[in-house]
Order: sequence, then structure tokens, then C-alpha cells
Amino acid sequence: MPYSADLPRGAPAADRQVTSIEAVENGLAASGYIPSRQIATAVYLAHHLQKPVLVEGPAGVGKTELAKSIAAWLDLPLIRMQCYEGLDEAKALYEWKYGKQLLYTQILREKIGEVLGDTDSLNAALGKLHGFGDLFFSPEFLEPRPLLRALQADAGAVLLVDEVDKSDQEFEAFLLEILSDYQVTIPEIGRIAATVPPVVILTSNSMRDLGDALKRRCLHLHIGFPDAKLEARIIASRVPEADAGLRTQLVAFVQSLRGLDLKKPPSVSETIDWARVLVLLHARTLEADLVRDTLNVLLKFEADIETAGRQLGELVAKARG
Amino acid sequence: MSTIEPLRRFFEAARGSGVRISPAESIDAVRAVEAVGYADRAVLRDALGLVLAKTAEEKAALAACFDLYFRRDDLAAPEAAAPDPAAPPRGEGAGAGAGLGRLLREGDGPALAAAMEAAGEAAGLPNIRFFTQRNLYARRVLDHMGLRAVEQEIAALEDAGDAEAARLEAAVTRLRGQVRDFVERNLLLFARGETEEFREELLKSTRLSNLDRRDYARMQVLVRAIAKKLAARYARPRTRRLRGQLDIRRTMRRNMGWGGIPFITTWKQKRIEKPRVIVLCDVSGSVAAMAQFLLMFLYALNEALADIRSFAFAGSLIEVSEILEAEPIETAIAKILGIIGFGSSNYGNSLADFEDGWMGIVDRRATVLILGDARGNRTDPRVEIVARIATRAKRVIWLNPEYRAAWGTGDSDMFRYAPHCQMVRGCSTLRDLERVVTDLLEMTR
Repeated sequence: MPYSADLPRGAPAADRQVTSIEAVENGLAASGYIPSRQIATAVYLAHHLQKPVLVEGPAGVGKTELAKSIAAWLDLPLIRMQCYEGLDEAKALYEWKYGKQLLYTQILREKIGEVLGDTDSLNAALGKLHGFGDLFFSPEFLEPRPLLRALQADAGAVLLVDEVDKSDQEFEAFLLEILSDYQVTIPEIGRIAATVPPVVILTSNSMRDLGDALKRRCLHLHIGFPDAKLEARIIASRVPEADAGLRTQLVAFVQSLRGLDLKKPPSVSETIDWARVLVLLHARTLEADLVRDTLNVLLKFEADIETAGRQLGELVAKARG
Repeated sequence: MSTIEPLRRFFEAARGSGVRISPAESIDAVRAVEAVGYADRAVLRDALGLVLAKTAEEKAALAACFDLYFRRDDLAAPEAAAPDPAAPPRGEGAGAGAGLGRLLREGDGPALAAAMEAAGEAAGLPNIRFFTQRNLYARRVLDHMGLRAVEQEIAALEDAGDAEAARLEAAVTRLRGQVRDFVERNLLLFARGETEEFREELLKSTRLSNLDRRDYARMQVLVRAIAKKLAARYARPRTRRLRGQLDIRRTMRRNMGWGGIPFITTWKQKRIEKPRVIVLCDVSGSVAAMAQFLLMFLYALNEALADIRSFAFAGSLIEVSEILEAEPIETAIAKILGIIGFGSSNYGNSLADFEDGWMGIVDRRATVLILGDARGNRTDPRVEIVARIATRAKRVIWLNPEYRAAWGTGDSDMFRYAPHCQMVRGCSTLRDLERVVTDLLEMTR
């Protein structure tokens, strides 16, 4: 039963820190991530329900950043696993150290005479051989990959399974055991369960629909584009050099840009980059020419730049209030 | 138990509005609510959204349902804004007639709301299913609140010539309105799901040629939903492992690091190609509706198919791929009919058109779908052209919207074409269509 009382508790350090939703908000803010109320609630629930969080949303809204900030805040190691088509168990979970196993058998072959030297019958030799532990498939020869490392981390860890939608369906199914029970089964060794369940964050760009089984095991967090107030706070935290006046103007401009019919509307990471560019260029206020020259930081498609360029004058005027 | 009951009812309502909630998820939701508490409405809504809703649409549906369900305090005074379902307010309940009179006189909003809640429960309001039941349930709720006693009280006061009677009468009228709203809200919450589901099931098995105009919009939504599901399943290139066949070349390469000792074995696998589809649709008369839905289906599946070439015919045949790609399906169909005209179908002529113009695109990767009733109005069916297509194509599938019993009767040439097709299917409802398209995607050879 996934809900049994003997489910291991989260990291003790995290237990002290994740006391309330406000604590999550403040903690993440302190490590440079300004969360919306919904994000904070998700992190709080993830800890208290011991469930992974599946984060969906457009590129650049801070899905991966969330995991990094949680790790920084809780002072846990971040273990990142980037998914791609063809990712399999050997790369995600564990692999045997074949080279070492090979050496081991060679050593065994050389030493076997010494070890079995004093036995005189075949049965005695076999008996002696059985006396040794079967080292060939033992944890010493196991090369842990990200998932296993996350389970084995003593003080807990933050496991980031990035872009899970890019992996194969078989791999998704394989994740289920880890996500629901925080354990894996290695055929030669047996079950390995986490001593301290890691905080698991999965991200997805909705390349394809994930399976219901996976979704059901996760808290589903959708991060959209932030509203103006939140975005201004994010800029203030990330680009403190930009003064308040410029900040309000550039955020207002980006917000109105998102209202246009664009192929790819600018996301938060682009706003941050743009703010940095404007600071580098010593901008105090938004000027139409300056915006036109730096628009390629915000928009990544030629057609989008054209669309925005046509209405640039009004947009800038509106942003300046 | 009292903590869980309002939540359980909320889950029921949420299921009705299209959010799928499994028992495991409802357990999670209860635990989530225990973790965040009821104090902050926004947080409660976020928490339920995180645990229960798994897509953006579900989140929106759930939020709407949440607002509807937890808006139980609209009779309440503003200072009691935050609802507290943890302790569902229970008034004096059924038979509290004297109580109701007092509440009405004092205008005690929260207490009235509470009494209404309790009466709603006593009257079995969550069982409401049809809008025709509104008045019945409103009456029942009022009865349970003790309206009879108040009416008697009003009558007595009138007899005594008391001015109080008019005031009380007005209060009762107001209450009636509120109860009606309350019942309406419950109808929205609890009945929508089932009736929608029922209608959708019905639509899926209705003959498409008999479909009502007004159901077209809903049908389109259904087709897109099914197509999306299929596309998600089949959109990626797939490989299938061939059991037990070692790929020696790859295995050697992979194990080079260990001196060629095969620690990791690689098995041969076969790439499953996305199907290339060529569709020939009869757009005359009764087949037109079917053609529209087939084309809609195929174009919604775009991602799962390598290539679609579509052709429409009646008296003659034209390629319509470009029109269908450029315009939404409804207007495209109208345009196509405009070009072809509503003439009677001539299969032989149309097949000859296809052979003259496009036989080159039929290759061993192509699946040819022919949709039509095979009624060529006694013209030459040119069966040999279908035979020639069949030798070139991977397979030929004929979809016939008529009942099987009608095949071969009158001017139907179905049985003359049939020997040259790998598959002949009756296909008249959305469910048939779904089956055909799934087969199309599933077939790997």
C-alpha cells in the first residue's frame, strides 16, 4: 500500500524547513526563485504527501529552475536526469562495471589454484567455492546512475527528471515503481528502497501526452506565464541592477507582447535576458529604437519580430504609461 | 467522517464536469486537504487542482466546479465570507417550521443558508438529474425547511390583520428564489456529467448519415478527442523488437570496450513506419456526411500519419489535399462540393481519372482507403482499375456506409470490387470509424 504508515519520512532537514506554504515561498525566494502561490503549494504538498511533482508549461518559465532552487534552499544535492528518446535502464538506473567484473574473473582464475590448493577431491573444491560469497553480481560492481543515486543519497536529494515527455513510453512505465514507492528492483540483487525519499520533480513540455498512470502518481503543476506583478518581482530578484522604473516598463512591454499572435511568445527567461541586456546598454527608460535593436533577445522567430516590429511604437508608448 | 463527506460530494460533482478522479486520487486529495487545511480558499483550490486535475482543461473545469460547489454561503453576511465545509452547517433541519419563521423574520442569512443546505441533503438533492426535476426538488427543499408551518403562520397573522404578514410573505418569496437558484446550481453540479456522457455515447453509435445538423458541432469535438487520443499513441516512430534475433554487428560494436566479450546484447529490431494514406471519398448524396467525418478524422491524425493525399469524386475525381490543408474542414467540404457539383456518382469514370492522374503515387507503402457505397448508377464499374491499384499498394480498404444487407442489391457493385480489396468494412457510425482508423494505425506489415 502506498499510503502505509511506515512510509519513510522525507529528509529530516527538509522536515524542519517545509513547515508551511509561506515558509516554502520565503525559502525559495531566498534562493532566488520567486514562486507563485500555486507553485509554493505544490512544493509543500509534494513534501507532505511524499509525491513527485510533474511540472508542465511552455519553455523558459522556470520548470528546471524550480528543482534547482529547491535543492539550493533545502541544501540537498541535485541529481539531474535529462530524458531523450532511447534512454534506457542502463543509463538511468544502473549498469554493471563490466571492466571490473572482467578483472575480477581474471584474478579469480589466477587465485583459484591457491584457494583450492589444499582440497583433494572435486566435491571438497566445490564446497569451498560455494563458501565464498557471490561477488560477481554484488553492489560493489554496480555503477549507480541518476535514479539509483537519488535513492541511495543518505540525506535525501532532489531528483530532476527533465523533459520526461521526450523519453519512450517503456521508460515512462519503468519510472512508475520509483515514483510511487521510491524503490527499484534489480534482478540480481533484489529491491533497493530509498532510506530518505528524494524530492522528485518531473518536467514536460507537452511534446506528447504522458500516460495516465504516470500523471496519477504525480501532483500536476502547470506553470504558465507569470502576471505582471510576479514577473516584476522575478526581475527584481534576478536582475537587481535594473531600477524600478525600467523594470515596470520592460515587464509591461513583455506582457503586452504576449498578447500578440506570436509563434513563440517570450517567456520569463527571455525577459530576464532582455533586462540584463538593457542594463548593459545603460538604458534608463524604454526607447523605441533601443527596443527594436534588442528585440531579437525576446523573440526567436523572424516572423514574430516582424509582427511585433509593426506595432512597436504603440507597444512602447503603452509600456511607458 | 464529516470532514470527508463534503469532499466526496465535491469529487462526484467534479467527475460530472469532466475531471477524471480515481479512488487513489481522491485519497490523495483528502490527504492534501488535511495538509493545507480549509482556512484559505485559494490554497484549497490550488491544492485540489494539483492533486486531481491532470491537464490544463481539467484544471479549468475543476476550478469552475470548485467555485460552484463551495459557493454555498451566498445568503451569508459578507463577514462570514470563508466557507467552512469542515463543519457543514446544520440547521434545525426538517420540520423546523417555527425556526424558519424566526429566521425569516430576523433575516439571518448564514443560518438560512445552513438550513437550506441541510434541507437539500434531506431532500436528496444530489440525485437530481434532469432539468425538469427542478420544481419538484425546489418544493421538496422548501418542505424540508418547514415552509408549511410558515404559510400557516402567515395565514394566521393575516386573519389577525397583522402587518407582519406582508413582511413575512415577502421574505418567503425571496427564499423561494434562493432555493430555486440553489437547486439549479446542484443540477449543474451533479447532472451535467451523466447527461453529457449519455449523449456522447448515443452520438458515437448514431448513423452519421442520420445525424442532426445541430449535433455536428458536438460531433466534431468528439472526433477531435478520439483522433487526439489515437495520435498520441501512434505519433512517434516505433520499433518492435524481434525476439531472439541477435544483432551481431551492433553487439560487437557495443562490447568493444571489454575486448569483445558480449556483456550487453543488442537484438534486431524492426522500425514500424507511419502509414501513408491515400483516400478516395465519394462525396455524392448520402455518403457525403460520412466522407466529411472520415476526412476530419484523418486530418486530425496528421501527426500519426506520414502523408495523406485525398481525392473526392462524384461524377469525376479531383485531388482535394490542398483545399483540406488550407481550410477548416467544414468550409473545405462545402468548397469541394461546389467544384465537383452534386452530380450522381460514376465510379468507373472516377477510378479512370485517378489512374490517369495519380497512379504514380500509389506505392508499396501506401494504404488506399476508398469510401463509397459502390453505387455507380449502372455505369461501368471498371473493377480492373481497383485490381491494378491493389497490386501496387500495400493494401486497399473499402469502407461502405450502407448496411451489409444492402450490398450487391440494385446498382451496388460492392461485391464486384470486394475481391480486390484486402478489407471491406461496413462503416456508418463514429464507432466504426474509430475502429477502422485504429486498424489502419495498428497494422504493421
